[in-house]
Amino acid sequence: MSGLVLERVSVSLGGRPVLQDVTLAVEPRALLAVVGPNGAGKTSLLRAVAGLAPFTGTMRLGGETLGGGTSPARARRIAYLPQRSELAWALSVRDAVMLGRLPHGDPFSGATPQDVRAVAAALDRLGLAGFAARPVTELSGGERARVMLARVLATEASLLLADEPTAALDPAHQLAVLGLLRQVAAEGRIVVAVLHDLALAARFADQVAVLHDGRLAAIGPPDAALSDGVLGAVFGLAFAHATVDGRRVPIPLGPR
Amino acid sequence: MTAALALLCILLAGMSLMAGPVWLPPAEVLRGLAGGESTAGIIVTDIRLPRTLLALGIGATLGLAGAALQGLVRNPLAEPTLFGAPSAAAFASAVVLAFGGASALSLWLPVAGMAGAFVSVALLFLVAGQRAGITVLLLAGLALNAFFGAATALVLNLAPNPFAALEIAFWLLGSLEDRSFVHLALAGPFMALGALLLVSQAKAYRALTLGEEVAASLGTHVARSRLVVAGGLALGVGAAVSVTGAIGFVGLVAPHLVRRAAGADPARILLPSALAGAALLTAADTLVRLVPATTEIKTGVVTALVGVPFFLWRILRIRRAEEGA
Repeated sequence: MSGLVLERVSVSLGGRPVLQDVTLAVEPRALLAVVGPNGAGKTSLLRAVAGLAPFTGTMRLGGETLGGGTSPARARRIAYLPQRSELAWALSVRDAVMLGRLPHGDPFSGATPQDVRAVAAALDRLGLAGFAARPVTELSGGERARVMLARVLATEASLLLADEPTAALDPAHQLAVLGLLRQVAAEGRIVVAVLHDLALAARFADQVAVLHDGRLAAIGPPDAALSDGVLGAVFGLAFAHATVDGRRVPIPLGPR
Repeated sequence: MTAALALLCILLAGMSLMAGPVWLPPAEVLRGLAGGESTAGIIVTDIRLPRTLLALGIGATLGLAGAALQGLVRNPLAEPTLFGAPSAAAFASAVVLAFGGASALSLWLPVAGMAGAFVSVALLFLVAGQRAGITVLLLAGLALNAFFGAATALVLNLAPNPFAALEIAFWLLGSLEDRSFVHLALAGPFMALGALLLVSQAKAYRALTLGEEVAASLGTHVARSRLVVAGGLALGVGAAVSVTGAIGFVGLVAPHLVRRAAGADPARILLPSALAGAALLTAADTLVRLVPATTEIKTGVVTALVGVPFFLWRILRIRRAEEGA
């Protein structure tokens, strides 16, 4: 298949297994939400796919096998947005987004038309065009998060990995960001997003992977993967439900 | 900005050729450069020209090294001494001065200095490991820096006679006095190669703005970049220190001088920072010749004396920005 395929992928950190035998497949145009309690291995899964963590097992993207380690070629196909974005220097918003073009060359010493177009499109998409010249350090937390998302979009990778892209965002921006990721997936890319908010996962994801203690507890369409049985076993909580846009959205109540 | 700095360097170099115990007007400097056998010609070409070129080259090396290191470790407080190479170079040179029977102008000094710098980089990666994170690398550099500093003090302590000790002490203060074209020929190629290595990682400094992990995810080979920068530092700064002795603060101050005008991009400040370093050291080295004193004030003393007030001013500005925010 042409999407992202993981077969029996395991990751160890300092000799301790943090991800064990994860097998899953995501088609292009799909948004996969990865949920699970803290320490379940969600970030390790993304890092392994990005080439940042050594893994065993096999990974394929678009039919090609992905080895370990990072390279410009891998970076052109896979863009990675970490949980906490660091920016050491007070770059302008445009320059910060331009960093996403580094896998394609060095746009700072000579931007190709493609670089210029991709950066402009990413800025536009996140409503940042108005303050492209402002230093990122002068922005609010929410605006900074949007800059970092624009940076990953500017890479124009076919696979986008986002680790908690909605953390630190107010509800309006959470909805906007997930709406955007949905849209990005619909254009033919694959989006894998770690989410802590089960309601957002249920509403926006095409598929949900539930991780528990480094193992895949469930994977499938939101209704199936986020069933009461799975959620109760994984989170140890009882859930109520609301229905939004025809989807069953879990709301955590308290210990079972 | 870059053009203005280049012009400043040329003007300061001209000043440096004119200034000294014998003040030469511009016309005589030009005639001397053109190759006259006059006294003025000899002063200009044999004494002041190599000194001026070394000041420009060494200042540029220090400024570039400072900017490159700040880019690599993503911290505006980084400076060339961080990895211990300059103090290792100083130590090796001090050993030659103390026990090798060489004078402060001997060519064995630069050779020993560069060897010392390389040993320190090898030690650094031996201690920290090639894949070490930046914290481990900085701690190892700090330890090596302290070790070589103490070892230099030990050499002073054990110097065979007071004259040798005095010579080492003065040499350590940093000076360009009486340096010749042979010094330039010896250190120049290493500084040029070091500069090439430091500049070759420009893209990595940009990617590292986002942190080491994201830089790696953008396809940057972070461990290799670190190795290249450490090597460039050993070559460039090792050669510089072993010709002049320790010249402080240029590497720390030069990037700060240009960052406001050149922008925050850690790669775009490399060239302006090198030019600012060249201008700073040439200015300091001209200044020491203008101060009337029985023995010439050491250039390294002046750069530190100018460097510290600048740094305090910088801290005040940061404080004001924080209080204003």
